[in-house]
Amino acid sequence: MSHTDDQSGTRRDFLFYATGGAGAVVAGAAVWPLINQMNPSASVQALSSIRVDIDGVEPGTQLTVQWLGKPVFIRRRTQAEIDEANEVDVSTLPDPIARNANIDGTAPADDANRTVAPEGSDSEEWLVMMGVCTHLGCVPLGDGAGDFNGWFCPCHGSHYDTSGRIRRGPAPENLPVPVAAFDGETTIVLG
Amino acid sequence: MAGIPHDHYEPKTGGERWLHKRLPVIGLLYDTIMIPTPKNLNWMWIWGIVLTFTLVLQIVTGIVLVMHYIPSTDAAFASVEHIMRDVNGGFMLRYLHSNGASLFFVAVYLHIFRNLYYGSYKEPREVTWIIGILMYLLMMGTAFMGYVLPWGQMSFWGATVITGLFGAIPFIGEPVQTWLLGGPAVGEYTLTRFFSLHYLMPMILAGLTIVHIWAFHTTGNNNPTGVEVRRTSKEDAQKDTLPFWPYFVIKDLFALAIILAVFFAIVGFMPNYLGHPDNYIEANPLVTPAHIVPEWYFLPFYAILRAFTAEVWVVQAASFITGGIIDAKFFGVLAMFGAIAVMALAPWLDTSSIRSGRYRPMFKWWFALFVVNFFVLMWAGAMPAEEPYATISLIASAYWFAYFLVILPLLGVFEKPLPRPATIEEDYAKHYSSATGGTSTVVNPAE
Repeated sequence: MSHTDDQSGTRRDFLFYATGGAGAVVAGAAVWPLINQMNPSASVQALSSIRVDIDGVEPGTQLTVQWLGKPVFIRRRTQAEIDEANEVDVSTLPDPIARNANIDGTAPADDANRTVAPEGSDSEEWLVMMGVCTHLGCVPLGDGAGDFNGWFCPCHGSHYDTSGRIRRGPAPENLPVPVAAFDGETTIVLG
Repeated sequence: MAGIPHDHYEPKTGGERWLHKRLPVIGLLYDTIMIPTPKNLNWMWIWGIVLTFTLVLQIVTGIVLVMHYIPSTDAAFASVEHIMRDVNGGFMLRYLHSNGASLFFVAVYLHIFRNLYYGSYKEPREVTWIIGILMYLLMMGTAFMGYVLPWGQMSFWGATVITGLFGAIPFIGEPVQTWLLGGPAVGEYTLTRFFSLHYLMPMILAGLTIVHIWAFHTTGNNNPTGVEVRRTSKEDAQKDTLPFWPYFVIKDLFALAIILAVFFAIVGFMPNYLGHPDNYIEANPLVTPAHIVPEWYFLPFYAILRAFTAEVWVVQAASFITGGIIDAKFFGVLAMFGAIAVMALAPWLDTSSIRSGRYRPMFKWWFALFVVNFFVLMWAGAMPAEEPYATISLIASAYWFAYFLVILPLLGVFEKPLPRPATIEEDYAKHYSSATGGTSTVVNPAE
């Protein structure tokens, strides 16, 4: 790069690379804040945990709450729905994995692995899951919709059963269960 | 400029000479507007002017709409209704802007197909072509973000589905999606950044327009014969060309007048024909519209996105080879962007040394099928994702890729081209021999 040919160039080369390197670091340091400002702000992150009062939700009804900008279905299921979910052979499901953020990522999609219960209880009544179809992100219709009496996505026809597991249609996965836990008997904490 | 010999600007008055010594801006404009242009250009060479006009229309109407629009999830929808009902002439400004996007895409697709047929992308105009593809991508980004701003149901759910595409990227998909949205789902923070970028990108587009014009002014225009203008002398060049002003400017403005007559008929009498009624419902994150459809100009690529489902063997093979990293969802995303990428590579995939499709007997048919195929994709993209539309989309998507990756490379080897005129003048004389102009009927022998 040096146009003079009477020197080995070490000093000039060193200065060239040092300046170039420093320039690259400065450019990166200047650009990073401009990129990082697009990440979720403190106020958005502060909303990452909410408490939901479920007192008064009767069996066979459900709540839809908004969490992280997305709908979350909280359903108190009837015994008939629980039985129907337990009758299914898990190995025959399109997605045999529980998709429950509260347990091991490889746990099978047994109905018990998909539910949330108050401390000390093994009730399978409460089903908490994201109301976002795993196909293209539409909100499925609930209250026994679809051919498997659970949820049905009107966009591209995915049918979910009473445990929110995908049974038919283009969706690849079961409706995911978010991080959720009971705080007492009548409050569910999301996130 | 242009490598085509022609007369350059000579300052005549004292004031012009004074300025020319200090800033040769008049000379630049003069040489730009007086560029020698092949005199056989047909009506497919008007879309550049239409596109430039539409860009200005969109920027001007956009700037005044921003004076009334509020980028906030609470107020966006209402502020658009405020523009429609309260702002003086606001409904007209908004309808011009929203239908202007459609005019923009009509013109750009015709412009692109013109290039594909007449081989304008070929050497030495590859850079013009690549810049054009970048401009097309910017247009798509701008249009997509603009459609989100009214904060209707289609705005919201379109944004959800399209940003969801980035979530399909293996490993880094979710952080990228969150970074683009500014949060876990489409929300206030998404709307404000889309607003900012929707304002920025047309400015970049305007800058690229100048670079685009610069590039083809350097190589000279292509023309329907694909035969280059003679550069041997100014006299030869003048037999093949006419100055852009006034000949082509007047022609282009005439075409623009006709196109605008149709455009204003749509804006005036059926301004919502190309829109979706669902977008007059305010965005609701808890309810999805029954049928999410993008705007018409995205439909062909939306069809390609949806065509590659998990049942397709190519998808299964890709999934198997990559150990499941490329699943059906990501494959669809790759196919959609790949469809534009293969088009960008056309200058290197097309092996034929003949530029214009006019002298390529086999190419003509494959090209005609390509155009029909484009409309099939557009139609299939608007249909629900079920049979028989899924299979039709898949076949049409396969043809899109086959056209660029198989047909264009092979045609150059197998095709026997028809005889071409030696000069533009010869072609012009053959077509317009009855026209007044005296000497133009003399056909020069090939050189």
